[in-house]
Amino acid sequence: MLENSIGPVPLQAYLIVAAFLFCTGVWGLINSRNAVRVLMSIELMLNAVNINLMSFSSYIDGSIIRGQVFSIFVITVAAAEAAVGLAILLSLYRNRVTIDMESFNLLKW
Amino acid sequence: MNIAYSTELICFLILSAVIVAGSLAVVLLENIVYSAFILGGVFMAVAGLYLLLNASFVAAAQILVYVGAVNVLILFAIMLVNKKEKLTSIEGLKTRKLISSGVCGGLLILLLRVSITTKWNLPGPTSIGEEATERIGEHLFTDYLLPFELASILLLMAMIGAIVLARREVSIPTDDINVLKNKKSLSDKKIPLLSENSLK
Repeated sequence: MLENSIGPVPLQAYLIVAAFLFCTGVWGLINSRNAVRVLMSIELMLNAVNINLMSFSSYIDGSIIRGQVFSIFVITVAAAEAAVGLAILLSLYRNRVTIDMESFNLLKW
Repeated sequence: MNIAYSTELICFLILSAVIVAGSLAVVLLENIVYSAFILGGVFMAVAGLYLLLNASFVAAAQILVYVGAVNVLILFAIMLVNKKEKLTSIEGLKTRKLISSGVCGGLLILLLRVSITTKWNLPGPTSIGEEATERIGEHLFTDYLLPFELASILLLMAMIGAIVLARREVSIPTDDINVLKNKKSLSDKKIPLLSENSLK
């Protein structure tokens, strides 16, 4: 439980911050109507996952640090995702002159 | 509790407060330009958490990639598509917000319960601290070599894809094509390259 940690900050504190960040990202992803804000929410969720990986890597896997390598890969994929996502957004904005998520309903049945 | 412990605790509290308040502001603020700048602050605070976790290399990578690249990219996208548009109201938006708030709150409670009640295998092996950068390099060039190379291919694909998607289709006006075709006839007309006034 909370007592058996070494440092002043227990592992659970990092997990709680990451859980809050992830839930905020999910809420923003569902409720944003601006398409740029949706991409920002996705970045928030990826950061929450990274905090989890880093805290586990420091507290439980302190000698091999596989979590840090994984979080570097996650940062790489997030950068690629942001570039492609914003390019898609620009071409969408060029075709239908809006960035309202509710008007992108071509695939709706 | 010595001074190092209390400093670490205070730093953690400040950084987590910045992260929580900043993420709420990113999602809830009306003006999206403010949201983008606050998102940069949240990324910096996450990099501070990485520093507290003895991971200086990943903290530097976080600042370079997120604050330096992704945030600037988001700001440029906002600048390119920034149009004050009147959003048409949709029926059921309030209901959707309420239901999604319930779902996200439930997810938060579930995650908190899991993280608190699980018996983590603590304390683990002692952290290697400042040797982490060398160890990451060893990992990237031995047992994680294949994902490392695949990440480079992924970045190349993302770059080409972004260029192809965001490129504006340029159409050459037909007059210019006709001019190119009639180049020979132009040269037959004996138009002087320099006007006579400039020769004097």
